[in-house]
Amino acid sequence: MSDVAEQVTNPMGPGRTDLGPSERVYRRDETSPVLRLSEAEAAVLGGSPDDPPTDDVADQRMILNMGPSHPSTHGVLRLMLEMEGEAILRSKPVIGYLHTGMEKTAEDLTYLQGPTNVTRMDYAAPLFSELAFSLAVEQLLGLEVPTRATWIRMLMCELNRVSSHLLFQATNGMDLGAVSMMIYGWREREEVLRFFEKVTGLRMNHNYIRPGGVAADLPDGWQADVRRLLELIPPRLDEYDTLLTGQPIFRGRLQGVGIITPAEALALSATGPILRSTGYAWDLRRDQPYLAYDEVEFDVIVGTHGDSFDRYAIRQNEIRESLRIVEQILDLMPAGDYRVQDKKVTPPPRARIDESMEALIHHFKIFTEGFHVPQGETYAAVESPRGELGCYLVSDGGPKPYRMHIRGPSFVNLQTLPHLMEGGLIADGVAVISSVDPIMGEVDR
Amino acid sequence: MARLPLIGDVSHVMSDGLEGLDHNFLTARVEDLVKWSRARSCWPATFGLACCALEMMATGAAHYDLARYGMEVFRASPRQADLMIVAGRVSQKMAPILRQIYDQMMEPKWVISMGVCASTGGMFNNYAIVQGVDQVVPVDVYAPGCPPGPETLMHAILTLHDGIQNGELTRRRTASNGGAGIHLQAPDAPDEQPVELGTR
Amino acid sequence: MTGPEAGGVDPEAGAPDDTAGEPVGPSAWGVPVTESFGQVVLHPPVDRWLETVAACRDDGYVMAIDLTAVDYSAHPGRTDLPEGVQPERFEVVASLLSHATGDRVRLRTQVPESDPVVPSLFDLYPGTEAMEREAWDLLGVSFSGHPDHTRILMPEDWEGHPLRRDVAIGRIPVQFRDAPSTR
Repeated sequence: MSDVAEQVTNPMGPGRTDLGPSERVYRRDETSPVLRLSEAEAAVLGGSPDDPPTDDVADQRMILNMGPSHPSTHGVLRLMLEMEGEAILRSKPVIGYLHTGMEKTAEDLTYLQGPTNVTRMDYAAPLFSELAFSLAVEQLLGLEVPTRATWIRMLMCELNRVSSHLLFQATNGMDLGAVSMMIYGWREREEVLRFFEKVTGLRMNHNYIRPGGVAADLPDGWQADVRRLLELIPPRLDEYDTLLTGQPIFRGRLQGVGIITPAEALALSATGPILRSTGYAWDLRRDQPYLAYDEVEFDVIVGTHGDSFDRYAIRQNEIRESLRIVEQILDLMPAGDYRVQDKKVTPPPRARIDESMEALIHHFKIFTEGFHVPQGETYAAVESPRGELGCYLVSDGGPKPYRMHIRGPSFVNLQTLPHLMEGGLIADGVAVISSVDPIMGEVDR
Repeated sequence: MARLPLIGDVSHVMSDGLEGLDHNFLTARVEDLVKWSRARSCWPATFGLACCALEMMATGAAHYDLARYGMEVFRASPRQADLMIVAGRVSQKMAPILRQIYDQMMEPKWVISMGVCASTGGMFNNYAIVQGVDQVVPVDVYAPGCPPGPETLMHAILTLHDGIQNGELTRRRTASNGGAGIHLQAPDAPDEQPVELGTR
Repeated sequence: MTGPEAGGVDPEAGAPDDTAGEPVGPSAWGVPVTESFGQVVLHPPVDRWLETVAACRDDGYVMAIDLTAVDYSAHPGRTDLPEGVQPERFEVVASLLSHATGDRVRLRTQVPESDPVVPSLFDLYPGTEAMEREAWDLLGVSFSGHPDHTRILMPEDWEGHPLRRDVAIGRIPVQFRDAPSTR
């Protein structure tokens, strides 16, 4: 713990103490970039279209609605924008259009069924939600997961980070007009999803990481598949650099757009690439290691200016870091069980059910009633591609969670949106939403 | 304007569209041409809501190419779209907007309900999710899966194209009055019992 | 398999000495402290909620990671509360994180059903704005002094708080009908 403490004493880097101003995030009145109006109030403010035009400057302002059905809002996000001409003064993200009642559903599902529910929250990086949930359940149970299961989880999560960031590259490029980037990003993502289908059986929403380990072992020949990915993706990343990173139009659209200071990001509880783009180096994989991240080497990528270009570059390089971790896992993967052998938690292999009455009973109990988890409450957090993804779990001793709350990073990161968009144009607003990379499934849950 | 030479009675074209033609040997060629072109350039409206949207985008991407069916242009404006692929779970807050987008689309229009959440509410049978978008809009093809892989979605799209091309779908729309609302009937009960959703 | 340890009760007078393994900082503020699976949990009463969180913030907990609420009305009975803390129907749970030391602290306050109001943390941590709106929307716990106390996930005209335990999940019965097979 002391090593970690030394490392993180100054996340801004040696010698840097200035976290920048943060006064605007504390404002409550009309000078705040956050537009705190309800629908009814906005309708009244709008006035009637038949009103005669005036020279009053305040009359030039309009409240424009963007979304929820919009090609560039990354899902069903609605924005109320107060604008003067094309410049955005204040804005309000309105969410809830994808609210699925997942936290209520979780109280109705057993702990074994829980991952099927949480996996659909952040649907671009589903394995992370499953991992956070499984870690919380294992903490309550006091289970020790076998090392091979831990390393398999790490492998799958890092590949999922790669596929999620590739999705970001694709949608970011498309939102800015580089439509061909959409095709390239999805092309690489297909390769990763093909590996996932081979291992977990599904391309998305895998339900693979379960309390106790993973659902099935890696198939034979997985090293060859991973090596193929490791050879395929880095040259393609260089292609993206040629297409986007050095290109003056791309830079002009992203550099200096959507700037946030470290103090503002901290005050708004932003995590992930948004916080790291300000120069603040905080990554749970390094600073609060879970799984086996303290046994692999990787760098934490930080930006300098806190703008959208930094967030793009951070994600681009995080793909490279994740592939570096995957390469180390290839060599370091231990042998062993892929699931804890506790009979009360892990269902027996199907063949055993024909031979042993006890196995049949365990199978029956696990799949109908579910295993009981002792009373308690705990919080487990992982570093998802969007930030800190946490699971707060309260158990009442029964087979179903009493209360499960997922701390979705996008839900919290969306609060930075009005501050990032303040003073910019609508086109900049599109670039900013894209750089925040929200996934509405985990925003609304 | 009633009778034209060879084509026959066209007085119902304004109200019934293609179905209003006289269906003789000459109009058959015209109808086939129209149905063929409708099937071959069916532009989808962007209505990706949740996880299924990612699979829909994957279907439009390079590996499972939708452009070979003439469908790679996802029109953001419903006025320019023919097909609404409802990809994802529809929440209570989103349902009025779904209907609004559907109403803004021009006839002829079709709806594919992609995924189990859009078809029946999926695994989320609770207060927040509309249990099937056919409560809100009439659906032509249901694609099951959670999420349906690109192959399943393409199968659904091709089923739709077959239905457009042999005229079955335009005929069904007229029969069901183009409206939403379903009625379920218990096997023994003589009366129809409409489904009652939870009260708000 | 171990359960949570409900130990380490500090007297309300606030002696700055600690029990084994607990940091001196938060416990010096005179609220009961427990430990849950290696995580420090403070139990301030509602009237000391703001000052305890402010004290933690001054102590280096720069980020409010999460704020949520729990409805314990269907719970068989909590065993992890320290002595002197009266369990109520609702609990508001805030998680804070210190980057300098890597420590996390969780604060749980008991909120009675008759008066479900907790001071808002917006002035300390603006990032709690959306989290408190969600707690209000889904569970009905109010936050006094919140800049925008409206629903965030449910439609604005929704009645009720869906995540409360006395509200049903809203499942509709699935009716199966003898549909003739077309194949």
